[in-house]
Amino acid sequence: MLSARAVLARPTSPAAGPLAVPSALQLVGNTPLVEIRRARDGVAPGVRILGKLEGFNPGGSVKDRPALKMIEDGLARGRLVPGKTILDSTSGNTGIALAMVGAALGYPVELVMPGNVSKERKQVVAAFGAKAIFSDPLEGSDGAIRLCRQILAENPDRYFKPDQYNNEANSLAHYETTGPEIWRQTAGAITHFVATIGTGGTIMGTGRHLKEQNRSVQVIAAEPADAFHGIEGLKHMASSIVPGIYHEEALDRKLGIDTEDAYNMVYRLGREEGLLLGQSSGAAHVAALEVARALREGTVVVLYPDFGDRYLSTNLWVGWQKLGGTTP
Amino acid sequence: MVQVKVPTPLRKYTGGAGGVEAQGATVAALVDDLERRYPGLKERICDASGQVRRFVNIFVNGEDIRFLAHLDTPLKAGDELSIVPAIAGGR
Repeated sequence: MLSARAVLARPTSPAAGPLAVPSALQLVGNTPLVEIRRARDGVAPGVRILGKLEGFNPGGSVKDRPALKMIEDGLARGRLVPGKTILDSTSGNTGIALAMVGAALGYPVELVMPGNVSKERKQVVAAFGAKAIFSDPLEGSDGAIRLCRQILAENPDRYFKPDQYNNEANSLAHYETTGPEIWRQTAGAITHFVATIGTGGTIMGTGRHLKEQNRSVQVIAAEPADAFHGIEGLKHMASSIVPGIYHEEALDRKLGIDTEDAYNMVYRLGREEGLLLGQSSGAAHVAALEVARALREGTVVVLYPDFGDRYLSTNLWVGWQKLGGTTP
Repeated sequence: MVQVKVPTPLRKYTGGAGGVEAQGATVAALVDDLERRYPGLKERICDASGQVRRFVNIFVNGEDIRFLAHLDTPLKAGDELSIVPAIAGGR
């Protein structure tokens, strides 16, 4: 058991950062790692599990990183110029991130998302001043991708489409920021990196950087076990439009996670670690435990894409308890 | 007959059809009928105890059955039932 003093210790060095930054965009990245101390049953004492809390980004998720990078890249290449609108398809977090970056830079944003994304996400996007266009919920994120392509085809000169699924700036954001942060934060001790797959950007870019530092770092992806799932933000690759930036051969392993297991892990992390996380973080942690349990020693870093408070209106928390199912 | 709207990930059970017909006096009976017509479908919608999976939403004429009578929600000919995953993948 750690002493209260150790648990509550705060950094005292100037590394705590500057007192003010020029804009919200300078707050993207440099997210903390947290040691997982209880939700690690069956894991040997010589194995550390560290969670990277991407919910600390100003837009509330890991997606701030690629959104910022893709827009900076568009500006640098002259593809995004004053008068153009930022357009993309998203099931939520990328939309929030693009809306946040667009607001900070003064560009209008339009987002195509499946009609069944969480209410909180729709509200946050609207709060940043972006326009939402809803696609058929029955068609999932692939339906949003197709509708977005159609909107762009009708008015190609009006829009800048970052195209997170096929824009290498997406994975480059993680290659340049997430990977180096984790390497620095673990002082090079990381042995395994675990992350979920939405576009593949996080795992591709972070994994590539980490393997360049140490070839033996294992990169493990978590995805929904089935095409029909409830882990918001994630893709079941075998049944989806495969993103152009996703290269499965770069992974060491891929684990399929059941939605129910991911949800139950979200409840555990809330109660046992004081971390209220989203569904994809639950899935990532289920995968991290499976990886960690097979080790005698090592440092497993698992990326938690966002916090759970933007899912309070979703099935993760609402409704089914009355049917006699698991009550969180 | 009840019109059933099937989401893309479950269309492998319906031969690719996005809309099918089934019958039943309640949602539970309809799900059983769907299973007879399209084996494998029920297991995706319901867990081992027969309850609707947490992440699945079922709507009858646009109303979530959680706010009606759950699996006992009555159905009549001409009703429309939609099976919708709680969320959609790929951020």
